[in-house]
Amino acid sequence: MNPSPSPPRDPDLLEEALGLGRGGSPPWRLAFVEDCVETSGAFVLHHFLKRALSTEGDGTVIFLGLAQPFSHYDRVLRKMGCNLSVQRNKNKLHFIDLLNLEFLGADEKGENDIEIGFMDLYNRILRYIEAIRSKDYNGGWTTIIIDDLSHLEIAAHGSVKHVLDFLQYCGSLTSEMDCSLVILNHEDIHSSDEALQMLSHLDYISDVLIKAETLSTGIAADVHGQMTVIIKDAPGGLIKKLHSFQFKVKENGVEFFYPGSRF
Amino acid sequence: MAESISRSLRDGCLEGEHAPALTIEDSLASPFGSHVFDHFLANLASQIADGTSQARGLVLVALNRSPSFYIDLLRRKGVDASLVDKWVRILDCYSDPLGWKNRIPPLTNVQKPSTREHVSFFRDVRDINKLLSSVLDLGKGFVGQGKTRFAVAVDLVSNLLRHTSLPSVAGLLNNLRSNDQISCIFWLIHSDLHEPRVSAALAYVSTVVASVQPIMQLTDEHRSRRDFLWLQKNSCKAKFCVRLKRRNGRVKLLAEELHMDQVGVKFAAVTSENSFVNKSLLPKVQFNLQLSDQERVDRAKVVLPYEHQGNGEAIEIYDGRRSLSDDQKDPHSVQPSTFSATTDAQANSGNGEIHYIRDSDDEQPDSDEDPDDDLDI
Repeated sequence: MNPSPSPPRDPDLLEEALGLGRGGSPPWRLAFVEDCVETSGAFVLHHFLKRALSTEGDGTVIFLGLAQPFSHYDRVLRKMGCNLSVQRNKNKLHFIDLLNLEFLGADEKGENDIEIGFMDLYNRILRYIEAIRSKDYNGGWTTIIIDDLSHLEIAAHGSVKHVLDFLQYCGSLTSEMDCSLVILNHEDIHSSDEALQMLSHLDYISDVLIKAETLSTGIAADVHGQMTVIIKDAPGGLIKKLHSFQFKVKENGVEFFYPGSRF
Repeated sequence: MAESISRSLRDGCLEGEHAPALTIEDSLASPFGSHVFDHFLANLASQIADGTSQARGLVLVALNRSPSFYIDLLRRKGVDASLVDKWVRILDCYSDPLGWKNRIPPLTNVQKPSTREHVSFFRDVRDINKLLSSVLDLGKGFVGQGKTRFAVAVDLVSNLLRHTSLPSVAGLLNNLRSNDQISCIFWLIHSDLHEPRVSAALAYVSTVVASVQPIMQLTDEHRSRRDFLWLQKNSCKAKFCVRLKRRNGRVKLLAEELHMDQVGVKFAAVTSENSFVNKSLLPKVQFNLQLSDQERVDRAKVVLPYEHQGNGEAIEIYDGRRSLSDDQKDPHSVQPSTFSATTDAQANSGNGEIHYIRDSDDEQPDSDEDPDDDLDI
């Protein structure tokens, strides 16, 4: 008796939306993931991390861990079938532990210290890029992941200007080197005018915006939230494509599906 | 309208006057500003290359995009690469705006992007005076001293405003446009990143403000739902509103429609879509609300009772501009007989009449009776 054919694998709607093929470079440079208290977007970063380190591509990742320690990501990714410790030993993952990052504030040595702190951080990223490119480099793509931007703001004592300067330098890396930048940001922590301007700034400099929200109908057992992916023709440019679908976060990954397709 | 802006940038300024200055402003609701900037940049660069503009060179202050992007853009728009090298200078404030790269060890083993002769790095955007002198030095460097002029383009003033105060930026732009070697200047600003006073302050130092606005206004409902209808309406079209300040202080407001395609932006007169909508909103009735051409001609022929009949004599109508006696003395003025001849000819071509047809016999003929007299208020 022939075994029954396995059910067709669901297409990964997120990858389709982002135009990601097998390995290789993504067709965009700067992606922002926006989430809120009710729906965390951390799983999107895990998804990017796993994909960038997959055996199909020669990608490398520079991960700025501000929100969680390395062991947290290691446990999560292990359940998804990716061993971060091994990847770290193979120099495919460069994890920058920034849990205790705090720049000296203006009260102590002056505002310039925040800038020097960001400059040092930028320098650390550059050194990792240098290390990646120096030996056995075969043209693989580098993904820089920041988890998350709000911690950078805290480290900078709320100085949006310095955070944006740092992002501009990171953004210029994407046009000079073969790399892309993925940043997680919380949408609902900004309320003042200055912070709202920051969200607009991020919108202007990104060419992909991924938004994780709760269902408009409320919490459901089988659907954990909805996702909107906005693809622009250029950073801050016109919206070229807009994808909307729902998701369910599982232990070993995320399931994406169109509204109504599961019931 | 966009063409006349291009012409104004091409023609430059008159001796002793400030250079024409164009502000291009946009917002996230209609983020076509950089495309409009690219359009005017490419137009001016090709005019400079052709030698048809007053400016003999262009200095581009790149704050938002890399110099290589602009070199590719001009090449894509058909400007010869050798002419770009010759007539365009790029001040790169994008790659290292705060001088960090000078303060950290350089990258080794990494292939750096090739630097071109006509690209200069600027590493301290907070120093506005230095920025001003760098722009002027670059311009003077390739057009020389004397009366030759050059154009200046600043790709994103919003980035400058993050590092310096509004008065400094307005001062920089004002100093540039009042410099006697500058032919024209234009810049882009994302208006939603700043308070309204910023746009107003920059509008005061510019002669033309081109504002890119969405065709359909963004409401809270649209924003929260990323509304497909809103996106469809605004994804490839926008309103291009232009505010022109004449030399005598007169302000003119004009509007065009902006269309996006694969090549770039295109400008067109405002389409009759709105009037079409208005027409389609008219209720469908069984009688005509419009007149046919023939009916219009007939109506024009009707001599209204209060109209001067002429009675065979020349019609002399005082138009309030000159006295009749002056008219008669003036040999160049139109003779009254000419006018009367025309009106006679019109009259001979057929007279119109007013026919009144009652809808029904129930309708009372005209009377002075108050139709509402039965109302008991």
